[in-house]
Amino acid sequence: MKSSSIVISSALHISLVILTALSLPFLSKKPIDLPPIVSVELIQITEETNIPFAPKAKKIIEKVKEKEKKLVSEQAPPKKVKKSKTKTVVSEKKNKKIEKQNPEAVPLPEKEVKKIKTKEEKKQNPEKVDNEVKQVSEFEKKDLFDPNNIAALIDKSKEETAEIVKTNNDVTQDQVRNIENSKLSLSEEDALKAQIFGCWSIPLGLPYDENLLVRIKLKLKPDGSVTKTEILDHARMNKPGQGFYKVLAESALRAVRLCQPLRVPASGYERWKELQLNFDAREMLGG
Amino acid sequence: MIKKFIIIIFIFIPIKVLALIEVDITRGNLNPLPLAVSPLSIDETSRKNFEQILDKENIGSEISLIVENNLRTSGLFNPLDKKAFLQAPDIANLKPRFEDWNLIKAQALITGKVNFINDKLRVEFRLWDVLAAKEMMALAFTTVPTNWRRVGHIISDKVYERLTGEKGYFDTRIIYVAEEGPKTQRIKKLAIMDQDGANNKFLTLGNELVLTPRFNPASQMVTYLSYFKNMPRVYLLDIETGTQEVVGDFPGMTFAPRFSPDGKKIIMSFAKDGKSDIYTMNLETRLVERITNHPSIDTSPSYSPDGKYITFNSDRSGYQQIYVMKNDGSDVKRISFGNGLYGTPVWSPRGDLIAFTKLHKGKFYIGVMRTDGTGERLLTENYYQEAPSWSPNGRVLIFYRETKTNSKGEGFSAKLWSIDLTGYNERLIKTETDASDPSWSSLLSN
Repeated sequence: MKSSSIVISSALHISLVILTALSLPFLSKKPIDLPPIVSVELIQITEETNIPFAPKAKKIIEKVKEKEKKLVSEQAPPKKVKKSKTKTVVSEKKNKKIEKQNPEAVPLPEKEVKKIKTKEEKKQNPEKVDNEVKQVSEFEKKDLFDPNNIAALIDKSKEETAEIVKTNNDVTQDQVRNIENSKLSLSEEDALKAQIFGCWSIPLGLPYDENLLVRIKLKLKPDGSVTKTEILDHARMNKPGQGFYKVLAESALRAVRLCQPLRVPASGYERWKELQLNFDAREMLGG
Repeated sequence: MIKKFIIIIFIFIPIKVLALIEVDITRGNLNPLPLAVSPLSIDETSRKNFEQILDKENIGSEISLIVENNLRTSGLFNPLDKKAFLQAPDIANLKPRFEDWNLIKAQALITGKVNFINDKLRVEFRLWDVLAAKEMMALAFTTVPTNWRRVGHIISDKVYERLTGEKGYFDTRIIYVAEEGPKTQRIKKLAIMDQDGANNKFLTLGNELVLTPRFNPASQMVTYLSYFKNMPRVYLLDIETGTQEVVGDFPGMTFAPRFSPDGKKIIMSFAKDGKSDIYTMNLETRLVERITNHPSIDTSPSYSPDGKYITFNSDRSGYQQIYVMKNDGSDVKRISFGNGLYGTPVWSPRGDLIAFTKLHKGKFYIGVMRTDGTGERLLTENYYQEAPSWSPNGRVLIFYRETKTNSKGEGFSAKLWSIDLTGYNERLIKTETDASDPSWSSLLSN
């Protein structure tokens, strides 16, 4: 009984394997690579348009324009004044707050300036977005359109963001730090890369079909000079058939030594005091 | 809820703390590496002894000159001017003042010492990493004084290998056909020299026409073709002992015998039954085996370094093109598809490339392509040049080029040239006479 069940089971398994072996390649094959069908609507062009919402839209536009003429002419100047007022008020408030709160805690004045700048940017962005929203709503959402409300909303948002910034000042600092921690800016990275490109003499005899990546961890001084270098895949040097890796790693170390002091960013030492350089010769030798 | 929050914090916070800024360096420069070759130091008594034996005033300087010249011609190194050196050779060999060598922008330094001990030449040398301020390599050789040039070549090979990651090619020889006289009455002799052109020797007298000498990749044996009473004859010549033997007389037009990678067979093409095919001959049993059997003209066979494949040229498509097949003649595939005619394919000792001669619109090119025919690169162009031969490390090609001797286009001169895989480092190899059909030996010190 047992043996028969094993036979049946194995027969079924084998048939399943054969079936999949035979059918799967066909399934994976695409039948014919036809370009996707593009549906085209043929529209007759007549002298008069037959689009139904056009007259409505026209009327709406006219009405909006009329309103705008009135409202904008009356309200636009005060709006600007309001904005500038609020801005100055907020920035003054902030400055005061910063002065009050952190005269001793923040030693570097540069950082304060940065913070203020970032806050201001945050405030400006919602304004822009609101403007865009306004333009769209003028045509389609007639009922919702109320420049006064929007102005009020903007003011509110300003106040709110300012408040958030004030209240959660420490949190935002951390966030900024974390963002900065993640990587160098493009220009900072480019400057460093360009410098090392010039210093790295790639050994031309390396086998280009091998893994030619050397990762080197550096410890840096604030002036960009290197205090410590560490090859991260050090164990690879002693592996059989990886003799070329030593040559490659040495060339990378030479490049670092030759280049120092490295072109590091002027500020944010904490962020780049440890740096990892991934030297990859494959692109240069593979061609 | 709080627990979850704490766990999440514990998961993410360490990642942010450990996050290291990574910068990818994917480009570098291919400029020659600046290095300093300090003259090898020598004491006065040793210097005088060597002067008597070798007629060289300072053998230490001579050896360092050979090293310097080798490294420069490779195109990968830039030996710095000795006038700029601040440290004396004897002190530099003991303990280099790295600041001084750094000052002249040397990234590597070679120092050494020569001694005369028991009528022998003892040379020790050290390679230093100037930037890391440490020794990279230290070796010593003892040999008969007349071998001093070879010591220079061996040091060059060691330095080359240590700094580039591939074996060198300096301790090698080149066999070629030395040519003299007008084109109609050309005297062709077999000649051999060091890869830098020194120690030139003629191996035959020039009574018979010699063609296509080829080194055995496994030893210092040479096979070549010579016409004896207008019959092509394949010879084997042992360079070390000078012994020569006839492998066999072959009918009709016989071309370009070449060794298999293990040196046990030779492969060649000859015409039989009205068609030219590829044959191998086992050197032990002298059995001849036909590899191709096609009505077209199949010539210039060359083995892959593992011996599993053969590349050759054939006109079976209507034009002369390069083909690759298995070593038993099966699975023939055409690999060259560019414009023009392709010939003289030679498999690189590294196994990755096939060098060839290409004729297109009246010009000859030496080029390389991958073994599947992709990545064709033409390295050099001229009015007449052919017969590339690989250096043992597969980095440099030697070939011969015929040029007109005057501006009116009269007369001609054939010379040996070398070019590396970058296509930029092209050099004339000086020979006493005109020269053609070069073949590069394997490393002598292996």
